[in-house]
Amino acid sequence: MNTKGIKVKNITKVFGKVIANKNVNFEVKPGEIHCLLGENGAGKSTLMSILSGVYTPDNGSIFVDGKKVNFNSPRDSIKHGIGMVYQHFKLVESMTALQNILLGNNKGIFSRIKEKEREIKEIIDKYGFDVDLNKLVHNMSVGEKENLEILKVVYRGARVLVLDEPTAVFTPQETDRLFSVMRKMKEDGCAIIFITHKLDEVMKVADRITILRKGETVATINKDKANPQILTELMVGRKVNLSIKAIKSKLGKEILKVENLKVKDSEGVEAVKGISFSIKAGEVLGIAGITGSGQKELCEAIAGITPIESGKIIFENKDITNIDSTKYFKENIKLSYIPEDRLGMGLVGDMGIADNLLLKNYKKQKGLFINKKSCKDEANFIIKEFNVKTAGVEYPIKYMSGGNIQKILLGRELNSNPKLIVMAYPVRGLDISTCYAIYDVILKEKQKGSAILFIGEDLDVLMAISDRIMVMYSGEITGITEAEKVTREGIGLMMMGRKDIGEEYVNEVC
Amino acid sequence: MSMRFVKRGEISKKQQIITSIIAVILALAASGIFLLALKLNPIEVYGEMIKGALGNKISFRQTVVEAIPLAITGLGIAVAFKMNYSNIGGEGQIIMGAFGAALIALKLPNLSQSLMLMMMFLSGIFFASLWALIPGFLKIKWKVSEAITTLMMNYIALKFVAYLQYGPWRDKSALGFPKIASFGKNALLPKLFNINIGWLIAIILSIIVYIFLNKTKKGFEISVIGKGESTAKYAGINIKRTMLQTIVISGVICGITGVVQAAGVSETLSVEVSGGVGYTAIIIACLAKHNPYMIGVISFLFATLVQGGTYIQTIYSVPDSVALIIQAMILFFVLGSEIFTNYKVVIRNSSFNKKETSVIEEVA
Repeated sequence: MNTKGIKVKNITKVFGKVIANKNVNFEVKPGEIHCLLGENGAGKSTLMSILSGVYTPDNGSIFVDGKKVNFNSPRDSIKHGIGMVYQHFKLVESMTALQNILLGNNKGIFSRIKEKEREIKEIIDKYGFDVDLNKLVHNMSVGEKENLEILKVVYRGARVLVLDEPTAVFTPQETDRLFSVMRKMKEDGCAIIFITHKLDEVMKVADRITILRKGETVATINKDKANPQILTELMVGRKVNLSIKAIKSKLGKEILKVENLKVKDSEGVEAVKGISFSIKAGEVLGIAGITGSGQKELCEAIAGITPIESGKIIFENKDITNIDSTKYFKENIKLSYIPEDRLGMGLVGDMGIADNLLLKNYKKQKGLFINKKSCKDEANFIIKEFNVKTAGVEYPIKYMSGGNIQKILLGRELNSNPKLIVMAYPVRGLDISTCYAIYDVILKEKQKGSAILFIGEDLDVLMAISDRIMVMYSGEITGITEAEKVTREGIGLMMMGRKDIGEEYVNEVC
Repeated sequence: MSMRFVKRGEISKKQQIITSIIAVILALAASGIFLLALKLNPIEVYGEMIKGALGNKISFRQTVVEAIPLAITGLGIAVAFKMNYSNIGGEGQIIMGAFGAALIALKLPNLSQSLMLMMMFLSGIFFASLWALIPGFLKIKWKVSEAITTLMMNYIALKFVAYLQYGPWRDKSALGFPKIASFGKNALLPKLFNINIGWLIAIILSIIVYIFLNKTKKGFEISVIGKGESTAKYAGINIKRTMLQTIVISGVICGITGVVQAAGVSETLSVEVSGGVGYTAIIIACLAKHNPYMIGVISFLFATLVQGGTYIQTIYSVPDSVALIIQAMILFFVLGSEIFTNYKVVIRNSSFNKKETSVIEEVA
């Protein structure tokens, strides 16, 4: 039997009451891309932290090339040729790519930079990395940074690469380029562990797939035996309907109109640079774009939280440019905002469901005093309607799971019968079944005739749910198009700043 | 063997109370060792402390008089802290409240008692809230840290009163002694059960503040702002206005302490009128977790400790530092026990290759 590669056997790791890994078994061989698939909280990151020496397992062992090893620090793991590329980059922004690679890597008296640069360039050519060695890191795109991180660990001698959800914020083009690098490395005999929860990527690039659920290894299967439906079932533990039934509903009158809007971010830098668009009743406008392209500032300006520099916001024919959130209730502006930051903005973690409902409703009540009774009734209604799991209406919501917290937020906002719903990454960090439950809710609202502004990450979902898609790049609109009339790649190009995408990206289906 | 702290989930009220009681017992045990080193019998000393604070009518009354300013100021501080606004300026606001009272009592000495007291309260409240408003304005306008400005305002108030005491307001009939003239009889707080009616004011204020914080819209807005300004903005709360109102309310309550102390205890204005109450009240408000009723209870316990401490000084003729050390010990243990309500200690045997590299409870 071939003992090359890395094998973990019966790994268990417990944090307090939470079992993060329970008897996990997993192996990766040279020349293989092994996908590690699982929902949030399935124990993927814990397992990788154990492999990279950050955590020490409570039980179980790790074998490298058939020999049992003990990792007491990340240094031990690097010594055995394991290179970890974290989801959050560990790069010095003000240095060039080359400086970042050489950082902390100077052995001997002389730095021999020229020699090292040549070695690095050889690696770049060999695998086709997309890295310009003299470019400053803060000028790089996410895709380039990911390439640089991988190059860094490969240069340090890693033969086993661990990539932790690298594609989460990639454009389709960046993902493809990364996959081509991965394939070349595989051909060269490297082993790659690829962590993700995107099924289509798994199907594209994996040789074998190991699925984790609730800390345990559910199965390891070959790619040719897998399909997205099987993988989802293994991941979730039961059948999940993965289709999004987008219904064309009749568009009503214009609900929101934004004209030449300019907004500054908290640092005073212009984040939204003069954009114009409109949404009609019964329409979902999806916003695509790399994180930080001005989506957050746009949402907050519409919600009246961030002041506007110039331009106009018109809500149901009423100019609300100079009205802030403190007056929305009085002016009868029926707008709901589901912010990206659920607990930091939308809800108060220390309060129970009832008090959190009060946050939206207390202004409706008359007099100086608050009446919590009505909120308790509403809380019980939301618990039933949205299937929220909680110990009670007064139980602090911060102890609840992300999915339940999001259901409370959605429940509260939708219960107020909004005309316009602004949603920023409403499914971020949620498990698959909750995601689809939320997509359902969005489509129901659309049918009811609400106008919806939906900021999403997953392009496939965005395209399935939205009627039109607006792409933002660096505070500007690079395109607004009907969702059916554009391909994923076309959106990807616009996300990178291209305004005129060629004919080939236009979908002629309809 | 390894020991580490693990964050715990929710903790019941009962567990919290048990933790606090254990903390007090441990504190008494620890101070016991210290007392033994001084060749004193700790049990006897503790008994004398309780006797000195609560043993007879006179000492009980004195303890209540000590508790009144702590309780009232604690309420004022709690209102601000609930909004996450660190009003360290209780001390200065008390002094300015007392100044406001003295201004009326000394400059308009011929008013009838009821009118006089009413005017004194209004004037005290005015100056105290003005004192609170200055740092509040700086905070809201330019985000100047209130923890620093409110503290500095204390010194300004203190030096201002010292200037009055040694300068323009110095009592010429006091035989060269630097003091401000005593208030007339019509400017003194009436007594109920032989204690100045400050205790009644404290109780009424506790109820008002409790209702204000828990049952009114404004109180709800204050706690939302305290949990995070972005949530408050999101909910459409007018943050600046609410903050300013809350700061003034906090100042008003602290100012009431100043009037009560001037008109009920010292019967004049002096640099000692606040006597550190503004700082002690911060500890009390935090220990009570901003609950108005608990503030009253804890203030009384604290006053007991102080009174008892004073008593053993004379009984055993020990320096006041002994009493202070016992007080500090109890505070140290009770405040320190907070960590056990938020974290629990896990001790494990490391028989198997185990080295804790991280105590961060993170499961991803």
